[in-house]
Amino acid sequence: MADTRRPLSPHMQVYRWQVQMVTSILHRATGIALAVGSLLVICGLIDLAAGKDSFDQFKSMIGSPVGMVLLIGWSWALFYHLCNGIRHLIQDAGAGYEIAQFVRSSWLSVVVSIVLTALVWGYVLTSGGAA
Amino acid sequence: MSAKGLSLKDRRDPLKVARGLGSAQYGVSHWWAQRLTAAALALLSIWFVIAVLYLLHADYTTARAVVAKPWNALLLIAFVLSMFWHAVLGLQVVIEDYVHTRWKEVVLLVVIKFLAVLGALASVLAVLRIALTP
Repeated sequence: MADTRRPLSPHMQVYRWQVQMVTSILHRATGIALAVGSLLVICGLIDLAAGKDSFDQFKSMIGSPVGMVLLIGWSWALFYHLCNGIRHLIQDAGAGYEIAQFVRSSWLSVVVSIVLTALVWGYVLTSGGAA
Repeated sequence: MSAKGLSLKDRRDPLKVARGLGSAQYGVSHWWAQRLTAAALALLSIWFVIAVLYLLHADYTTARAVVAKPWNALLLIAFVLSMFWHAVLGLQVVIEDYVHTRWKEVVLLVVIKFLAVLGALASVLAVLRIALTP
């Protein structure tokens, strides 16, 4: 069989860490995390459809300490993927490719996602505990 | 084939085509569907977060009544369908990028599609059951 190997571009470890690189990696990582988190949406809907007992069970599951930690993680993943996704849509439209803009919008995705997560959980925790 | 003669893809080494390498012809529609579902989810996920926060302390009866409202049921179904579609498109790219053993790649691609379809159907059935059961 013929040699089908092709030259590879330098892999990640040769590059200096930059925020654009982090946002790109995080976009994939949060995307995978959210795909797993979609199981929670299915569970919630099925439990709500199944009846009161299963819904109460679901509520106590997501209200448990482990459930809350996972939910905080998933909510940040959602907000990050949302913010950075909007950033990517703007870039797909052809805007924001100046290096300074690119770096600034990267930071914006990270900061806004953290602010939104904090706002949501501030609301959840001040309105009398989750679930 | 283009009017001017052979198009680029026709000049590819036939061995490459036989090995299944090169363009699969679905690149543009994949890219476009990913953006379309992204735009839908940008709106629907904000609605979903607000809906979940609204239901924060809701008991079973209230939660069911809220989900059963026509607009909520409609948007919820739209949300889960776009979500699973978008998830499959994204996971597909990740698998294609990082799984270099062909059979593992194909198995994973099939598995995520099966799971996403099952997930979408289960969610839609649940919403319909809530919305249509008096």
